[in-house]
Amino acid sequence: MIRYALPLAVFVLMVGLLGYGLKLDPKKVPSPLIDKAAPEFSLAMLHDSSRSLSTADMRGQVWVLNVWASWCVSCRAEHEVVTALANKNLVTVVGLNYKDKSEDAIRWLQQFGDPYATSVVDFNGKVGIDWGVYGVPETFVIGADGLIKYKHIGPMTMESLEQKVMPVIRELLS
Amino acid sequence: MVPEIGHFALIIALCIAFVQALVPLAGTSLGVQRWVATAVPAALAQLLFVGISYGCLTWAFLSHDFSVLYVAQNSNSELPLIYRISGVWGSHEGSLLLWALVLALWTGAVAVFTPNVPRGMRARVLAVLGLVSCGFLLFIILTSNPFERLLPAATQGRDLNPLLQDIGLAIHPPMLYLGYVGFAVAFAFSIAALISGQVDSAWARWSRPWTNVAWLFLTLGIALGSWWAYYELGWGGWWFWDPVENASFMPWLIGTALMHSLAITEKRGTFKAWTALLAIFAFALSLLGTFLVRSGVLTSVHAFASDPERGVFILGFLVLVVGGSLTLYAWRAPLLKSAAQTQLLSRDGALLLNNIFLAVVTSAILLGTLYPIAIDAMGGKISVGPPYFNLMFILLTAPLGVLMGIGMIVRWKSDSVARLKSKLWLPALLALTAAALLTWLLPVWYWAAFGGLAMAVWIAITVVLAIHERMRNRSLLSALRSTPAGFYGMLLGHLGIAVFIVGVTLTSLYNKEKDLRMAPGDTYSVAGYEFTFHGVRQFDIDNYVATRGGFSVRAEDGDFRVDLFPEKRIYRVQTMPMTEAAIDAGLTRDLFIALGEPLGEGGAWAVRIYYKPFVRWIWLGAIIMSIGGLFAASDRRYRRLARSPSRATDAVEQSR
Repeated sequence: MIRYALPLAVFVLMVGLLGYGLKLDPKKVPSPLIDKAAPEFSLAMLHDSSRSLSTADMRGQVWVLNVWASWCVSCRAEHEVVTALANKNLVTVVGLNYKDKSEDAIRWLQQFGDPYATSVVDFNGKVGIDWGVYGVPETFVIGADGLIKYKHIGPMTMESLEQKVMPVIRELLS
Repeated sequence: MVPEIGHFALIIALCIAFVQALVPLAGTSLGVQRWVATAVPAALAQLLFVGISYGCLTWAFLSHDFSVLYVAQNSNSELPLIYRISGVWGSHEGSLLLWALVLALWTGAVAVFTPNVPRGMRARVLAVLGLVSCGFLLFIILTSNPFERLLPAATQGRDLNPLLQDIGLAIHPPMLYLGYVGFAVAFAFSIAALISGQVDSAWARWSRPWTNVAWLFLTLGIALGSWWAYYELGWGGWWFWDPVENASFMPWLIGTALMHSLAITEKRGTFKAWTALLAIFAFALSLLGTFLVRSGVLTSVHAFASDPERGVFILGFLVLVVGGSLTLYAWRAPLLKSAAQTQLLSRDGALLLNNIFLAVVTSAILLGTLYPIAIDAMGGKISVGPPYFNLMFILLTAPLGVLMGIGMIVRWKSDSVARLKSKLWLPALLALTAAALLTWLLPVWYWAAFGGLAMAVWIAITVVLAIHERMRNRSLLSALRSTPAGFYGMLLGHLGIAVFIVGVTLTSLYNKEKDLRMAPGDTYSVAGYEFTFHGVRQFDIDNYVATRGGFSVRAEDGDFRVDLFPEKRIYRVQTMPMTEAAIDAGLTRDLFIALGEPLGEGGAWAVRIYYKPFVRWIWLGAIIMSIGGLFAASDRRYRRLARSPSRATDAVEQSR
């Protein structure tokens, strides 16, 4: 009796579709900045506001920009991951201290440890806008040619560091 | 310690669920009565242990145990008590535990409240529910353990998602789950009947009250969700055809069809296979809803709850449960014979048409919801918008409204065109005249308003006519005494639809919306009301900072006055801004103010003002419908009549 098996057939088709849908990620927002030049900034350093760091200073090396703030709870969760990344000594990790009070930021680093080669201060979040930051933390990987190669939204975990961020870095270094 | 007890209780519950699923089923097929008898105690024991587990998680929330990862992620020491209780289902793990608890509650209710159902049948039903429970408990224990520890413990929690810190959304999930999961009971009855081959009037009678109760909770759950979206998202809309909304609406539509088709199967012994199939579909769509919400296959307002890896598990579970059931159906349904022929011009025929329309609407919504995935699979990205859904929905449900009126009057088995004509020409004429008059009284004549009002009046008049038909030739007292509660349930359900139609029609056609820039002291007039802005002030409350705007509203004619205080909130921990609209609610209109962004110097703000006529009727209609469901479920017939035939079948089963 074919007509009684019809619901089953329709269901099988639907499952195929749903199964395929699972492989797609609707939340993956392709950053328009991927493979574009890293936006220019020149910002005061957190520990020595008389000196500044700019995008141009980083030209010629692979580096990571990690957006963080002392008020950001997820950053605290991510902190050990950033530290692990820095301890590999493969790339320079620059911190972008985002919309934060410098004294809070320095105290935060004293309390939890400072994984950053340098942190720069983006007090009013203008540089954040140029970089398309829409939540803290975010992490960018920039190649020696000054192009953004990868962007991680939200806190990195050990897992996402190893599986997503490190492969990009290794490829850039090789 | 307590979280470990909770985790352990959950594992014990899973073991009991396996027993509950396998032993009674083996008992009924091998004829071992002692095995059959395990079903009820197993169901109750499972309820006890899931309950303990749930209690432990609640305790962890109440006592701020931030060494539990789930609590640390979804609570905060400043979170008010009520949101610590509702925070338990504030995210994925806990809401699955709630799912399991609700399923255990339904299972326990089936174990206790079905003394009239033959023991073999009840054992099979409980076994099927046990199987479903196994799947969900496994899912929780393997992929989403809410009791996972966080070591070292967090000093402070990350706070509950501010969107969920709201009374409407606090009770929305339990209601919705009571509905979703409630369809598992109708599903289990259907599977048990297909296994035993006993798909008949008695089976339909056993299923009906459970289906009605599940349906009424689902109705309330959807209405609560819609009400929440209305005042909390700050858009003033009440339905967005969002995939997750659709996911809850589809089981509702099929559940509605199921209620009606169970009525035919009970009364006339026809449409057996179709009714069994609807019961499977209602639950399958509930599971699909869970899949869509939990897997992140589709993006929506609810996407905060999603995780693709877990989707694989639910999809697998969906394949087992629904695929297995449909295979069983394909195998057993051909054996079912209808007890009678169906004539189109009869109540049977009207109910059949109702079923067809509801099934077609559901398919169209399913298509619209899944179409984006299909397109995505082919490499594009689109989303199917409200225009498609609105047009499709109105076109397909308008005939349903007409049919509803006819269905209440037409006779079972067969009827004549002449009789119907003589009964219905006057109500039809009255409905058209009344609608014309009412639309003429409204500020602008819209044909859509005329159509909607005509439909609502038509349903209301035929409800009155149905009462009149019932009371004819009888004294009021004897008519009241002999009329079953189910009849009132039907009338209320349909009346609820009429009220709902009025609400939808008038709100969507006559609402007024103004986006304004207002500085303190500014006054604007919208739809006959003067809105004056008095500036904003900051307040520091529990776990958020509120910027509260002060407005006074005055009717241009008449002495109506009210002060409204819309808020913009920043929740401290997640630094998430929220809009809290201020609403002056009324039976005939809502005044709705939402605060936007500050605009430059001088304290000016972007302000959105809505005038929403009759918007309350939308939810009022849903409430009336669910009261109808309550009446229908409480019909004495379900408790009384079942006794004699059930004894007979019980004897037959035992002699097998």
